[in-house]
Amino acid sequence: METNSNNSAITRKQPMLRVINIKTPEILKLKRIKRSYRHIKAENVFRRVLFTMALLMLVIVAGIALTLTVESIPSLKALGVSYLWGKVWDPVADVYGAFPFLLGTLLTSFLALIISIPFSFGIAIFLGEYYPKGWFSNLIKNTVELIAAVPSVIYGFWGLFVLVPIVRAFESKIGVTPYGIGIFSSALILSIMIIPYAASMGREMIRMVPSQLKEGAYSLGATRYEVMRSIVLPYTKSGLFAGVLLSLGRALGETMAVTMVIGNTSLIPKSIFAPGNTMASVIANEFTEADRTVYLSALIELGLVLFLVTVVINMIGKRIIKRFTND
Amino acid sequence: MNAIKGIKTLTFAGLALALAGSLSLYSCNGGGNASGTDSTSGDANTVLGAGSTFDYPLFSKQFSDYNKTTGLKVNYQSIGSGGGILQLTNKTVDFGASDAPLNDEQTQKIGAPALHIPVTAGAVVLSYNLPDVKDTLKLTPDILANIFLGNIKKWNDPKIAAINTGVKLPDMEIVIAHRSDGSGTTNIFTTYLSKVSPDWTSKVGKGSSVNWPVGLGGKGNEGVAGLVKQTPGTIGYIELAYAIQNGMAYAKIQNKAGNFITPSIASVTAAANIQLPADAKVSLTNTEAADGYPISGLSWVLIYKEQKYNDRSQDKATKLLKLIWWQVHEGQQFSAPLNYAPLSQNAVTTAEAILKSATYDGKPIL
Repeated sequence: METNSNNSAITRKQPMLRVINIKTPEILKLKRIKRSYRHIKAENVFRRVLFTMALLMLVIVAGIALTLTVESIPSLKALGVSYLWGKVWDPVADVYGAFPFLLGTLLTSFLALIISIPFSFGIAIFLGEYYPKGWFSNLIKNTVELIAAVPSVIYGFWGLFVLVPIVRAFESKIGVTPYGIGIFSSALILSIMIIPYAASMGREMIRMVPSQLKEGAYSLGATRYEVMRSIVLPYTKSGLFAGVLLSLGRALGETMAVTMVIGNTSLIPKSIFAPGNTMASVIANEFTEADRTVYLSALIELGLVLFLVTVVINMIGKRIIKRFTND
Repeated sequence: MNAIKGIKTLTFAGLALALAGSLSLYSCNGGGNASGTDSTSGDANTVLGAGSTFDYPLFSKQFSDYNKTTGLKVNYQSIGSGGGILQLTNKTVDFGASDAPLNDEQTQKIGAPALHIPVTAGAVVLSYNLPDVKDTLKLTPDILANIFLGNIKKWNDPKIAAINTGVKLPDMEIVIAHRSDGSGTTNIFTTYLSKVSPDWTSKVGKGSSVNWPVGLGGKGNEGVAGLVKQTPGTIGYIELAYAIQNGMAYAKIQNKAGNFITPSIASVTAAANIQLPADAKVSLTNTEAADGYPISGLSWVLIYKEQKYNDRSQDKATKLLKLIWWQVHEGQQFSAPLNYAPLSQNAVTTAEAILKSATYDGKPIL
């Protein structure tokens, strides 16, 4: 049959076409062949569009990596690899070391992650298992999602005017220098900002746990907490971890809110209450007035380092997820 | 078969695109002399400018008024002094505006001679937060440098107490607030400290971003002001205009002549009333003027000396020169209401001479 040879993509319709073919006059049959031919063509075009879009993402990421590398060459030439562990960032003397900012970025992000995990997992379990439906559940769900929608500069202002005085009071109570702003304040702000990512993903994952498994456990006499601990969490751990990874990515790259509360000093932070700086924040602060080639290039190299840090952390995360799923 | 071929073509196209994209970005940012970056010869009745954020409120008032009287549109983007210089180097704007004169590398990159025309002056004030101190604090250059170097750590340090007789200084730690973003304000302040303190020159130096030995960084004037307002015991430097508008306390600084000067529009104008060099590339910090505030600086409009480049018309060059001439003269009336210091008579005379030296195809324009 003619239609068959053209129609390999739409196999589902073949029996129906065959039935129709018996009865339809020749002219209608031609029309139908034409139509299905167009159909296939549209199908192919659609596939190509999707493919191009996916490929474009690849091209953009490759382009970013390439641009960052090419632009970093002057600084790479002038400073070499010592850039990574150099402790001094002195634009006047043209000496640049990224270590304080690398440390600041990792410190704020991981601290934020540690603070946020109990909250995001708690919300995920509460909404996924305990109160999956109803107006109260919806209210919480929407509120959590709203947290992700607030622009980061708003968090920065809120942090500077509300959170920082509270942290300062706390710091003077525990006896450290009461700056208020610093690594700890930024980590607090960041932890609030990243809660929705792990929480939403975790909620979806927990809702996808097959009910047979849970019902089986209940029928054996397990309590709700036991079901949570022995059925739901083991089943969803790779998904929960993926959500955490997403939060971490957000924390690493956050700029505006951090720069407003971190204290922006190039000195290596002595404790988590000391002021510091992150890579993204340094770039945002100094890029506009970087007036020498090596200076500008050193800032771009900072971007490259941030890019690589993100890639490495993602790769490690993927490996961990894979190991989770295997056992 | 076909699909595989398609994938191959697409991959090649993609890689080519990535390469082209990154290369063109590279040549725009780094190369400077890339062809096809000329957008200046666009609309004949529009002048493009970019640079200093400090100048922006004054410029937008001046340009809107100039637009009403002459119909000339001026599109000014306040992207920062460094950015403005880069745009002028790439010849994508007609004029740049900067709080600092071109440095050696920028002069070399820009290739052709560039004119610095002073258009306004600003000052940097030392704002502090001492809740129980009602009198205005006095500071000497030496004390200031030592505070920002981290050598003077307490407000009741004998050095501060010695010149502030009668003021009850608290036994409080000094917290320092500085700008975290690169800025002309930082440049003026660190240039001043470098002039008055050899220690500062050797340990920190001057620039729009420096490696601060101590202190917290706030983004923008508002960031530093926020730190000062919130934390008792903080001292930070901010622009005079910002401090006046926000009613902040600021210190009197001892100038070169030995007088303690309260920063104000008048004392900044006075600081600029010295014999300027012919190219006007001068820092007003630590001024010789007896009643001048020592931490002040000029802000310049930058243009090419030879206005014939990239097919620019003579008409456009004339319009640009007339605009700047107007800014230096009639435009000054907008300075004081916006808390900028009007140019001193000496500065106006110097600006006139510089503007007259601009040429089109070798012939003077004005």
